[in-house]
Amino acid sequence: MTDAPLLVVDGLDVVYGRVPAIRGLSLEVAAGEIVGLIGPNGAGKSTTLHAIVGLVPPAAGDVRLAGRSLRGRSPEQIARSGIALVPEGRRIFGAFSVEENLRLGLAARRGNGVAAPLDGVYELFPVLAEMRDRPAGALSGGQQQQLAIGRALVAEPDVLLLDEPSLGLAPALVDLVFEALAAIRERGVTVLLVEQRAQRTVAFADRTYVLGNGELRMTLSPAEAGDTDRMIAAYLA
Amino acid sequence: MLVAAVNAQTLVDAVGLGAVYALMAVGIGLVFGVLRLVNFAYGQLVMAGAYTLAWTSAWPGAASIAACFAVVLALSIVLERTVFRPLRTQSPAVMLVTTFAVAFLLQSIALILDIRDGTIGEAASPIGSLNQAVSIGGVDVRRVTLAAIVVAAIALGLLALLLARTTMGLHMRAAAADFTTARLLGVRADRVIGLAVILSGLLAGIVAVILTVQSPLVAPDFALKETIVVLVGVVVGGLDRLWTATLGGFAIGFATGVINGALPTDKTVFLPSAVFALVILVLLLRPGGLFAPGGRTAVVERV
Repeated sequence: MTDAPLLVVDGLDVVYGRVPAIRGLSLEVAAGEIVGLIGPNGAGKSTTLHAIVGLVPPAAGDVRLAGRSLRGRSPEQIARSGIALVPEGRRIFGAFSVEENLRLGLAARRGNGVAAPLDGVYELFPVLAEMRDRPAGALSGGQQQQLAIGRALVAEPDVLLLDEPSLGLAPALVDLVFEALAAIRERGVTVLLVEQRAQRTVAFADRTYVLGNGELRMTLSPAEAGDTDRMIAAYLA
Repeated sequence: MLVAAVNAQTLVDAVGLGAVYALMAVGIGLVFGVLRLVNFAYGQLVMAGAYTLAWTSAWPGAASIAACFAVVLALSIVLERTVFRPLRTQSPAVMLVTTFAVAFLLQSIALILDIRDGTIGEAASPIGSLNQAVSIGGVDVRRVTLAAIVVAAIALGLLALLLARTTMGLHMRAAAADFTTARLLGVRADRVIGLAVILSGLLAGIVAVILTVQSPLVAPDFALKETIVVLVGVVVGGLDRLWTATLGGFAIGFATGVINGALPTDKTVFLPSAVFALVILVLLLRPGGLFAPGGRTAVVERV
């Protein structure tokens, strides 16, 4: 990695009550990179994302975006400083129209972006353009996931965080999500991707961190996606 | 039997009462939407506005009304900063009990200020001509009733436009539906809550003017009874969403007006009993709220 890392998680501790959820986690995402974060249930993947976006306060350690600490900032301040989260379960506003959902994403947009960010999303996900006036709740699960990703993209974030975007989707729709991620990669968006689908994530991402029990277990390269033994070892470690 | 006893006069008065209660319901519902806080002290905001009108009775009407709005808005903002905002993350029960405390505190302050002249109660008469009746098609209607209906329609129409058409309105609706996700998208929590509180305060100011014209004697318990009835109304309508809360407020006002007109004059003491009996019946038949969409539970838009 020659670029200075855009997003840095440095010695992060997160504690729920008295139970440690994340212990001394450090990871980096460079500009333009797609980085995966995998691990078994309860490993602390979502908690890591929640700590980055300010939903849970870190007990120790720091999160830095382009060298600036995000400690003590509210979720809306962090969103406005250039980190967008596609939350687990999509969390779209079902009673709002598709276009209103996308317009909500503009709340975090900084001044100097392109003139018509919604058009960019409609180009990426044409089905959203067709359904723009429909209630978002009427979309299929895969379309809702496209909407959730599009809603994050209209803010033109520096870093896009995705929390299990393929969760609960039929296999064909999972393909759709990874196609969308590939299109996002071509646009040069920096991505931190939390996923349950380990093999697919390792193959797709530039690097993949494996979390276990709140700690970093190992880092895998795409070449290791086929190395089942090493993957299993990572999960059982 | 009830219908036969209700004439056009009663219906107009009932719509007028429903309009005022609808305004209060929106004021309560807006703040509930973004804070999950049932503001029991809402009536005391109206009371503060009414006292301001009474104490500025000698001023020109417009100046007196402006002072009323200034006091109610200032009080709304102070309450938001000193009480609601620090308690935002507390449980709904804590917030509800706190608004009880605020309500009694404001009533006590009003009493201390009011009793200085040796009597309880102040007379307001800023726009007394509104209290006169006009005859429309043989029905005598007080001008303030017409004003209440027109003002409520305009205020609710403007609010609906604000919520539906503006970015700030979109942010408010999103915050009411799912505050955490709205914040993750960059919606500023403090700004949305501040706007809800200001809009709610504006509505309290409007209600203060209308109620003071209708009953010009202002005492510390001014608007208290109305607030309790409206709170019941918004629960009956469905507090989850602004429009059902508003309809609930209107419905209970309208029902109160109709029952009041239908009851013989010597039986009006039973008005609250009749209204609340109706409320119990409605809640037994439709526990989810009078206007809750039947069977549709998946998607709920709160504002």
